[in-house]
Amino acid sequence: MQIRPILAALRRHKAGTILIALQIALTLAIVCNALFIVHERVERVRRTTGMNEANIVAVQNLYVGSPSTYLPLMKTDLQALRSMPGVEDAYVTNAYPLRRGGWSTTAQRNPDGGKDGAQSALYFGDEHTLATLGVKLIAGRNFTSGEITSFDRNQEPAPAQIIVTKALADKLFPEGNALGKSVYYVKGRPSTIIGIVEKLTVPWIDTDFIDNVTIMPMMLDSGYQHFVIRTKPGQQDAVFKSVANTLYGVNRMRVLPEKNGVRTFEMVRAAAYEADRGMAVLMSVVCGVLLAITAAGIVGLSSFWVGQRRKQIGVRRALGARKSDILGYFMTENFLIALAGVVVGVVLALGMNQWMLTQFEMQRLSFTYVLVGVVVLLGLGQAAVFAPALRASRVSPVEATRSV
Amino acid sequence: MFGYYVELAVRSLRRSKALTALMILAVALGIGASITTLTVLHVLSGDPLPGRSGSVFMPQLDPRDKERDDHPDELPTQVTWTDGMNLLHAARARRQALMAAGSAPVQSDDLAIDPFIVPARYTTADFFAMFGVPFRYGQGWTAADDESRARVAVIGAELNDRLFRGENSVGRTLHVDGADLRIVGVLHPWRAVPHFYDLNTGNYSVGEEVFVPLGTSRAAKLKRSGSIECWGNKSSDEDAMETANCVWLQFWVQLDDPAAVASYRRFLDGYAHEQVALGRYQRPARTALPDVMQYLDQQRVVPSDVRLQVWLALGFFVVCLVNTVGLMLAKFMRRAGEVGVRRALGASRRSVFAQLLTEAAVIGLAGGVGGWGLALLGLAMVRMQPAASSELAHLDVTMLCTTFVVSIVAALAAGVIPAWRTCRIAPALQLKSQ
Repeated sequence: MQIRPILAALRRHKAGTILIALQIALTLAIVCNALFIVHERVERVRRTTGMNEANIVAVQNLYVGSPSTYLPLMKTDLQALRSMPGVEDAYVTNAYPLRRGGWSTTAQRNPDGGKDGAQSALYFGDEHTLATLGVKLIAGRNFTSGEITSFDRNQEPAPAQIIVTKALADKLFPEGNALGKSVYYVKGRPSTIIGIVEKLTVPWIDTDFIDNVTIMPMMLDSGYQHFVIRTKPGQQDAVFKSVANTLYGVNRMRVLPEKNGVRTFEMVRAAAYEADRGMAVLMSVVCGVLLAITAAGIVGLSSFWVGQRRKQIGVRRALGARKSDILGYFMTENFLIALAGVVVGVVLALGMNQWMLTQFEMQRLSFTYVLVGVVVLLGLGQAAVFAPALRASRVSPVEATRSV
Repeated sequence: MFGYYVELAVRSLRRSKALTALMILAVALGIGASITTLTVLHVLSGDPLPGRSGSVFMPQLDPRDKERDDHPDELPTQVTWTDGMNLLHAARARRQALMAAGSAPVQSDDLAIDPFIVPARYTTADFFAMFGVPFRYGQGWTAADDESRARVAVIGAELNDRLFRGENSVGRTLHVDGADLRIVGVLHPWRAVPHFYDLNTGNYSVGEEVFVPLGTSRAAKLKRSGSIECWGNKSSDEDAMETANCVWLQFWVQLDDPAAVASYRRFLDGYAHEQVALGRYQRPARTALPDVMQYLDQQRVVPSDVRLQVWLALGFFVVCLVNTVGLMLAKFMRRAGEVGVRRALGASRRSVFAQLLTEAAVIGLAGGVGGWGLALLGLAMVRMQPAASSELAHLDVTMLCTTFVVSIVAALAAGVIPAWRTCRIAPALQLKSQ
């Protein structure tokens, strides 16, 4: 295929050539970055919590009235929940993964603070916590019922025993001998690591310490708490429907919020990542529409060119050019324009990403995405030009003799 | 002449339906996406107190100890009980209100209704007048009620509908978390967007349904919620919040003119220096007095996803426009022969140019209508999202006008190059080649 005649012809269609190249460049820049954002969001949504998320029901509860202590109410409720048909286990806590609200503090290696601490989320629970959440204990032991203490808001939580995640243990004790060591959540009051769980995430989805969790064998004496329930397989729906009535049956003086009062863990997860999923869907749709519009634009302009050059095509055909030569001519022409477009587009894509790094929280664009984008747009151009080019190749040599 | 051009334009557009449809679709999609995202941005970055926000200010102090230096440059956005009460009682502004968030379990007299929780605000008398909160029945409480910790409450329209079927409930009793409060006022539906006076409960959280004097809420031990930041011995005993080393209250003042603002700034600086001198403050005296919009800018309340979407939509729009320029070029150039005839018959370049631009404007108008429809659809989809802010996404008159202005201007801009090139065709050359 001869390139020079094509370039010579393009020089006579500067405006159209530039427009197609520009459109391909902009589309490439936007699509690369949008798809990269989709990728980031999908990665986030697919993060695991370390829990066995099936068959979990979470209840948000607020007691009405101000008794001197809420502990008896909480214990009665727990008793009632654990003896519900279909319930395997349950515990009461302040927070759980993906709840998007909770308590965090700094865990220190030294009794008097210092800089070598690590931020950790605090989950209050008891000996039922690990089984209810379905997290895997990889070292040490679970709490015993005798170790469970209680505290209220004017005290600071500093239990004698704690269970931590492996991520937190490794952060605090990089030597890997965390089990049995002391950690300080309150100055001068040690907590001994008696167990390490493989993985459990914090309640928030936007932190830089997502795997740092401490489970404390404590009940927070407060009017507001969460019950986490593990149901027997296949019983989740039944428990989900009946748990509110069971609790109201035990004690009427409480509020389970109308919205989010009782949720399965699927609902918790869906709510936590709603925005990310929405963004991913939106970006995907925009990419799709953008590619379609660009393709339509190429079809439109190419068709116009074919129409404009019917006579020249006829002459070439009459002089001996085969159909495949004409087809090849238009395909090559589009390829050259698209090539110019993607070269500019790659620069634009990287520039746009550079700008977005300063404006939004995101990572540097991976080059794979740029490469994929380049291939997609070159392919799109070829596919879009194929129909007009085919029509061009069918122009009869007789056209050359017609005066129009 | 214009009417004739429009007629010509419509006729020409009808001749190549696919190309026309493609151009209109491209403009409509670009406009629809841009207007949808801009409307969301417009709503979320709006002024929560139109006409008043310039005269409502948030005094900021720095009562923290030296140890906490995680955000050394950012002043707390809340105040301690001691500072709040000092500033409130100093009454150096035209109006001032001290407040905290709460969640109120409400019980109905009707025992068939289970207790339910509504967001509450514990505040002081000036809250309603300072923020221009409209009353349907009754009125707010007085400063004397604040001092005497009177058992009174103001309720929101929604709660009034729910408990009293929308009747005038002034004088009736509200049972909140074991406390009986006399209702003194009922509000019209009111919600500040963004929820500027307490962003800790959510930048776009819904309006409160129960308003109780701050002192009363402390005396009746009503449940407090919202954010709290402590230092020193971090005790945050709910019953001792008055003396705790914690900031947990929001304080706002109304200052009507620059002189009042300057004078309040001096007062605030003086107060901070006095506290340093007294040894209450350990850090150097630092104060700030942003107004509502300055504060919202500092806090970057508009979600970054929304800004990202706007940029994406604008980029999308640009591609759609480039596409339209290309298609218009093809369309106009195809009519080179027709233009040649018109020019030969005496039409000036100017009138050919005007005629082609009219055609572009017609495409813009059609694209605007399509874009308006798509924006309505897009906003309906936004409203289906569960976020607290999503229900606010409605197209207002400003954005509606913007839709049409932008689409016509964009189509005209897209038409300039193609029209310019077409009208410069030499008529003789075109006629000869025919």
